[in-house]
Amino acid sequence: MTENLLILPILIPLACAVFCIFLRNQSRVQNGIAILGGGGLCLAAALIVKAVIDRQILVLDVGAWGAPWGIVLVADYLTAAMLAVSSVVALASVIYAIHTISDTEKKLYYVPLINFLMMGVNGAFLTGDLFNLYVWFEVMLIASFVLMILQGKRSQLEAGFKYVTINIFSSFIFLAGIGILYGKTGTLNMAHIAVAIEQSENAEFINSTIVLLLVAFGIKSAIFPLFFWLPASYHTLPGPVAALFAGLLTKVGVYSFMRTFTLFFGDKVEFFASLLLILGILTMVTGVFGAASKYDSNKILSFHIISQIGYIVVAMALFTEFALAAALFYTVHHILVKSNLFLVADIFNRRFGTSDLKKMGSLYKTAPFLALLFAIPAMSLGGIPPFSGFWAKLTVIWAAVEAEQLFAAVCAVLVGILTLYSMVKIWAEVFWKAKEDSGPSIQSQKTHLTQYVASIILALSTLWISFHPQPLFDFSNQAAKQLSEPSKYIETVLDQSTKEDRHETHD
Amino acid sequence: MKSIILTQTTKFLTPAFVILSLFITYRGHNLPGGGFIGGLMLSTAFALLAVSDGVEKARHALRVSPEFLIAAGLCIALISGLPALLGDDAFMKSLWLPEFSLPLLGKIHLGTPIVFDIGVFMTVAGFTLKVFFSLCREEEN
Repeated sequence: MTENLLILPILIPLACAVFCIFLRNQSRVQNGIAILGGGGLCLAAALIVKAVIDRQILVLDVGAWGAPWGIVLVADYLTAAMLAVSSVVALASVIYAIHTISDTEKKLYYVPLINFLMMGVNGAFLTGDLFNLYVWFEVMLIASFVLMILQGKRSQLEAGFKYVTINIFSSFIFLAGIGILYGKTGTLNMAHIAVAIEQSENAEFINSTIVLLLVAFGIKSAIFPLFFWLPASYHTLPGPVAALFAGLLTKVGVYSFMRTFTLFFGDKVEFFASLLLILGILTMVTGVFGAASKYDSNKILSFHIISQIGYIVVAMALFTEFALAAALFYTVHHILVKSNLFLVADIFNRRFGTSDLKKMGSLYKTAPFLALLFAIPAMSLGGIPPFSGFWAKLTVIWAAVEAEQLFAAVCAVLVGILTLYSMVKIWAEVFWKAKEDSGPSIQSQKTHLTQYVASIILALSTLWISFHPQPLFDFSNQAAKQLSEPSKYIETVLDQSTKEDRHETHD
Repeated sequence: MKSIILTQTTKFLTPAFVILSLFITYRGHNLPGGGFIGGLMLSTAFALLAVSDGVEKARHALRVSPEFLIAAGLCIALISGLPALLGDDAFMKSLWLPEFSLPLLGKIHLGTPIVFDIGVFMTVAGFTLKVFFSLCREEEN
């Protein structure tokens, strides 16, 4: 059964986590297991991508219980793309963590927690059941709560508190949304819900669930005006954790948007699509202005997560097939670039012992290679051709123009310029400016080869997309095609179960 | 606070709770019960011991650390899904041994779901005891 492939992205992190709990005191072995796990995830994701290209949609009835009753794992093009890119980021993060995370933290279950986090993220991408999606969110969040405060610094506890509070609130809202849907449709399977909503003409019911899901996913993916928890917490994270969070956690929210809004509401979201478009534009603009006002590398990058989410939301809100493809392309590009920026920023923060840009300078002389490593994701984020960000922004703007949303297109261009300004600011402050010798000397920490390796992996992925955007764009197009015609998805998921029923009765 | 009454009753209650928790776990497949409730019951047994005789005594009586219980439980739960893969079935499909009878217990029906339940049982017990022991130690300090 090829379908059993789908369990691997959940099983591999779980197995790694369990082994590492047993081997709590042996950080070297834990490192080995973590890298094996990361590599295994990449391999599993590659196999799933291949299987999806061959067979379009894969459905695994876990425990052989068919679709509306049992929990199904579903992989289509969207899921496969998200799995692939998240496994690359996970691999980079665990490699980076080898020499960055101290043995004390590894004794406090750092590696198992990272693996539980990945299990939650992959589970959320794979599941075909709405309540199960909530459960994976919780798995992911609980692991992330602990990772956030693992070093026990004062600032981390403060940030962790904000993060926990707002995310629990968002979970409640999500749960309320699921409750209403379940009460009205009597099912939790996403394909089954989609069928029920399609037949329903009850506008109040549909609108109320849309609003609840919009707020819940909006908090998770940090869109305007619900993003305030993100810049308040991400800058306190240790490098590899920040890279993982920045790359993946908000994108799980974005993924949920794409999945539920296309599948459940389809053409019924006209009003909400225009609302989402406005929110997306505001997210872009506020995020980029927030970044422009900061003089701390981590804070600037945190704000840029928000502004980039804005692009994805704008593309998603256009709801044309081309725009959905653009949204997915943008997401993949953004995950790689953003994680890499956090890793590189962590390397130079370590060198200076601070993340305050004013206390840095003239790094270009001593570390030209690091400058190159920073330039690749930074120029890509800023949208300089031929880097991946250029193609991503081009497709989003193109989609906006095609949908005759010229205002959104103009905003996207302006925000792109301001993004470039922020990147130039970091570049100028860290690498070019002559370092002032005044002020107390700050302890700088050593950098290790593994940290560079992690960053190089992500940089190479970005370069690959930059120079070969076509394969990824074709893939995104296929995903968008599937998303805009959900009938195929619904048919495959529900059909699987009837087939299973027949199979059972024959026995 | 030491209480003779509590210490003496705990001596009888702890083994009773342990046996009851195992029974409830086994019963869970078709009747109310199961690994989760069983795990909570098992942790009640050791929590009671911790209250009456102190945390160290309870830890000693448990023999393995709560962390070990959590990890082992997860491991067992994971393994319970694997046999289905060998038969080229969907992951976690339940497989059963032929039924047989034992004196006292009656009909015995063993399969992978009970293995999964044992995993849940250990994970829940481990987690609850970890939290409980940590809280107790905080109070003692």
